[in-house]
Amino acid sequence: MSQKIVVIGAGMASGRLLDHLTEADDGVFDITLINAEPRGTYNRIMLSPVLAGEKTYEQIVTHDDVWYRDRGITCHFGTKVDDIDRTAKVVSLIDGTQIAYDLLVIATGSNPFIIPMPGHDLEGVIAYRDLEDTQKMMDMGPDNQVVVIGGGLLGLEAAAGMALRGVDVTVVHLMGHLMERQLDPEAGALLRASLEEKGISVCLEAQSQKILGRDGKVSALKLADGTELPCDLLVMAVGIRPNVGIGQKAGLETGRGIKVDDQMRTSDPDIFAIGECTEHQGAIFGLVAPLFDQAKVLADTLKGQAAEFKQKSLSTKLKVTGCDLFSAGDFEAGETREDIVLRDPSRGVYRRLVLEDNKLVGAVFYGDTSESSWVFNLIQEGTDVTNLRDALVFGPAFVEHSAELEQS
Amino acid sequence: MTQGKTIRSTCPYCGVGCGVLLTPDGQGGLDVKGDPNHPANLGRLCSKGSALGETVGLGERLLRPRMGGLDVSWDTALSKVAAKFKETIETHGPDSAAFYVSGQLLTEDYYVANKLMKGFIGSANIDTNSRLCMASTVAGHKRAFGTDTVPGTYEDLEEADLIVLVGSNLAWCHPVLYQRVMAAQEARGTRIIVVDPRRTASCDKAALHLPLAPGSDVALFNHLLTRIVDQGLVDDRYLTHVNGFDAAVANARDNNDLSVTGLPAEDIEAFCSAWLGTKKVVTIFSQGVNQSSSGADKVNSILNCHLATGRIGTPGCGPFSVTGQPNAMGGREVGGLANMLACHLDLEDATHRNAVAGFWNAHDLPTKAGLKAVDMFRAVESGQIKALWIIHTNPAVTMPEADRVRDAIANCDFTVVSDITAETDTARLADVLLPAAAWGEKSGTVTNSDRTMSRQRPVLPVPGEARADWDILADVGRRMGWREAFDYETPAEIFFEYAALSGVAAKFGRDFDISALSDISAQEYDDLAPQKWPVSATRQGGRFFADGGFFHADGKAKMLPVTHRPPEAKTEKRYPFRFNTGRVRDQWHTMTRTGLSPRLSAHIPEPYLEIHPDDAADRNIAGEDLVHVTSPQGRAILRAKITDAVTTGQVFAPIHWTGETAPSGRIDALVDSVTDPVSGQPESKAAVVNVTRMNAAWYGFAVSSDKIGPDCDYWACATTEAGSRVEMAGLKAPADWDIAARAMFGLDDTAECASLTDPATGMARLAYRVDGRLVAALFVSAKPMAIMRDYLATLPFDADHTFLSGRAPLDMPDAGPIVCSCFGVGMNTILNAIENDGLLSVDQIGSALQAGTNCGSCKPELAELLASVQRKEAAE
Repeated sequence: MSQKIVVIGAGMASGRLLDHLTEADDGVFDITLINAEPRGTYNRIMLSPVLAGEKTYEQIVTHDDVWYRDRGITCHFGTKVDDIDRTAKVVSLIDGTQIAYDLLVIATGSNPFIIPMPGHDLEGVIAYRDLEDTQKMMDMGPDNQVVVIGGGLLGLEAAAGMALRGVDVTVVHLMGHLMERQLDPEAGALLRASLEEKGISVCLEAQSQKILGRDGKVSALKLADGTELPCDLLVMAVGIRPNVGIGQKAGLETGRGIKVDDQMRTSDPDIFAIGECTEHQGAIFGLVAPLFDQAKVLADTLKGQAAEFKQKSLSTKLKVTGCDLFSAGDFEAGETREDIVLRDPSRGVYRRLVLEDNKLVGAVFYGDTSESSWVFNLIQEGTDVTNLRDALVFGPAFVEHSAELEQS
Repeated sequence: MTQGKTIRSTCPYCGVGCGVLLTPDGQGGLDVKGDPNHPANLGRLCSKGSALGETVGLGERLLRPRMGGLDVSWDTALSKVAAKFKETIETHGPDSAAFYVSGQLLTEDYYVANKLMKGFIGSANIDTNSRLCMASTVAGHKRAFGTDTVPGTYEDLEEADLIVLVGSNLAWCHPVLYQRVMAAQEARGTRIIVVDPRRTASCDKAALHLPLAPGSDVALFNHLLTRIVDQGLVDDRYLTHVNGFDAAVANARDNNDLSVTGLPAEDIEAFCSAWLGTKKVVTIFSQGVNQSSSGADKVNSILNCHLATGRIGTPGCGPFSVTGQPNAMGGREVGGLANMLACHLDLEDATHRNAVAGFWNAHDLPTKAGLKAVDMFRAVESGQIKALWIIHTNPAVTMPEADRVRDAIANCDFTVVSDITAETDTARLADVLLPAAAWGEKSGTVTNSDRTMSRQRPVLPVPGEARADWDILADVGRRMGWREAFDYETPAEIFFEYAALSGVAAKFGRDFDISALSDISAQEYDDLAPQKWPVSATRQGGRFFADGGFFHADGKAKMLPVTHRPPEAKTEKRYPFRFNTGRVRDQWHTMTRTGLSPRLSAHIPEPYLEIHPDDAADRNIAGEDLVHVTSPQGRAILRAKITDAVTTGQVFAPIHWTGETAPSGRIDALVDSVTDPVSGQPESKAAVVNVTRMNAAWYGFAVSSDKIGPDCDYWACATTEAGSRVEMAGLKAPADWDIAARAMFGLDDTAECASLTDPATGMARLAYRVDGRLVAALFVSAKPMAIMRDYLATLPFDADHTFLSGRAPLDMPDAGPIVCSCFGVGMNTILNAIENDGLLSVDQIGSALQAGTNCGSCKPELAELLASVQRKEAAE
């Protein structure tokens, strides 16, 4: 008897879970997949290259109809879950379909946060989440003005993508420097300079007050200081909120997200959750690496193998051509923290390593990220770097070289 | 000046006196080759001579007279000099004036200086830096032979079966003679024995090295003398030309404590039996003998052995003093020392004096010796000397108690300095600074260590307003009122007068007679081929004393009873180390010329202190640490070089660094003014010091396309192809490295800075670009750094941020510090070739890499590298 597994949501965590569950092709699992978007899994983080015109949508699809068919997965796309009957172990869709499960996986992801300021419901006010949003941005051209609220990863990718299409883009950011969660002020300033070179205007410490409209359509963003930024499209990229709706409705324990344990199990032992909808030890997730880890842990758990999810340091790369940056771990200053900083402003290179107890705990690279994966590995492994210290910022080849020099 | 025409001239460095062929390259530089026809070198050159072309640039040259830091006309400057000297003499007497001159002067320059001081100013206060170099040999020669005569010729080095090097690192200090010895060894198996407290490059091919205790040479040679007698090797026939044999031998027997040498008995035995058993023996001696409070006695102890055996003046036999300067010998001949008159005539001898006075048409010649160098600067300090003229030498660096001498010069009423550059420790103290013509621009003669007189001929135009020294001196003589005596228009006229005076001297039975050259034509003077003196109607060159013919009144030589005296300074608890000093291979004196050559500067770019591993361990000193070296007289900071080339209790430092290149490396500041009582030569190699690790807060290395002006406790600067490099250290780090670096490099805010900082470890690295080109960089660390200095010093103009790693790009091999200056071959390149290509000999290294195949000066170092690899492989 195969186990009936129902998966709600076909985002990237879900896609990776299905990859793992179906790699053996042993018919152990009878899988049903439900997705609100009328399609299966695509690589959402590659939407920015699509927006920039560097890739087509077809190139970022990871799981198409043929993929699901070949693995015998039943798909319900373009529909939503109405309710979960945990006692009967049945999922009801809004179209009335009832799907029984042995085990249920919730992977409903997150919703973009829309600041509830006046005018947020005008036409032309969008988030940057899915293909539809991407398409609206791709419709903009040299005659258009666009305001992006949010100078984080997503907002900047949106801005850069449109700037490449000749759009007059302004990024409005509340904080003192761009990508403040991933970059220190110095790298933020370098990034700002590179973006400005691409023709993007950047307003920092800018408080959005209201969205102005004409004929029900967005016409400008008004800032608290009175500045009005005219626009044909306003993109809000100010963060995400875990999509906990269905879990909450089903009575699962939730905080900011659906609470899961180290095996990704919710408060109901037959219901699991992965992805951006989850909360693990108080943390919620927005980057792809931990989602993939969760998917692997869950796949193992479902196969009856011991696995546990551990939160690791995270790294970020901005997918904006010409703005190579990398950020990982924790780089807040602190009494016990030591900084190694490389600056080559005229060549646009900046690297900062943060050490604590002779271990790397954080890193910010801007301009040349060639050694970043090695550095990220040292952070994750918690390697003692005392003896590598002088050459650390230059990467492994220099470290080796340096050791030879010390010996000679 | 004809460009492109090849001129024969003479190298301006050591006393070997090599002939060079000079061809201007048309851009102010020179192509330099050894002169195959010159008897001193037969075409060979050492690394320093080969690099002469790199030292004739005008960047550092003084081109106009200066007074009080301002350019003035010659008329103003020389009027002032003449008036000041005249006024001083009139007010305070002739002995209130002094000249301190140099073995750099050509004979003609020297002659005019000597004539002006002794003949007309009326004082014998003219001394020369040869006092620091050769005075003990002069005294020894005079005591034994009656005159300062070098008996042999360089050919003796090739005919000897045994060559004993006493206090001579011939391989580094007289490399071409060493190459001649090497060639002879190859051809006839010449045995070499080195007597030196320190193991030097000259030990490379030696059968035996005797690391005797500093200053114990007399004990060793006295013992040898007794063994000569005991072995029946005394040449009784020759003794008919010698006085003092019995007294000398008896004295040697009475003072036969060999323990003072610190040598094992078997080494002494091996040395004696080699010396006794080899008829053709040449004993080469140099500064290790001379620079000693018993220097003259050491010389005589050596001469005694050669006189007793008659091994002197015949092919392959004799004592052989090798001199440090190109014209040290010329200065001795002319009378440039305070205790000589002229042409080997004696100041105290009234008939000599009267003859010279008559010849010069001078009155009031001084009747007693003038002040020798150490006493001269004491007199400057005390104010007795009020008008001082320093010519082509740097006493503020090179005199013992150099700091004290520097202060004395600074406080002198009136100091004139003639030099080719204003950038020396001494020139900076001058009231009047006179721009002299440099080697390459001058015309005259020099005499080398084997009495060969050679012409230096001009090959480059005299730059700016610079003038020849004879011309400057003669102009001052005329301005002081002695128009006829100094009415010279060419160096040839001076030479003819000098040659004629030597004829006067010869009448008194002096050795130095070149009277046959007094009536040659100006053209013949210009064309003068290298030749050994004497050049008289009766004699042409050759050796002296094979059949006696000494210059004491009775025609006999004198053996002297000499007794071992240890160095004056005694090691004690506070100063437990004996401080030896000397030269390095690729630098010369205070680096005013060799320091301009990037390839010479690459060999050893920093002053250092050799210290034995046990002593270093005792003091917690690691390799590359900096150390404080302190003596009762002064202090220095040097880089520790841990090596068993020195024995425990002894340390060694090179002499070349100055206030211009490494202010804390002025090692003569550590040396006491103790002198030999006979020769007045300072004991420069036997100070006592303490050595402690410097607790530097930071170490730095800087490179720049321009000059660097560091301001810190320790720094040492060297010239590179790209500009300059500096090693630095300090007891306290500046608050802001960027501000400090910009000040040091002379860069304003427009220079872009790339940096790497790790404040927790004290690391800071800053690289500066101007118009996108890398122009300077500073590397700082809390501990001595292992970085690729030789690569960094190239300042690759398009370097990216990886330059701050302190390493070459990964695909670029690190050549390492330069070993072969001629071909720029680095140590790592050589070591890799030895290891990877299985090279087994110095010749194989030469075939593979060219290293050592031009001047050969680096061959001992190549041999050492070979041996180090072989030791390493044997241990594996």
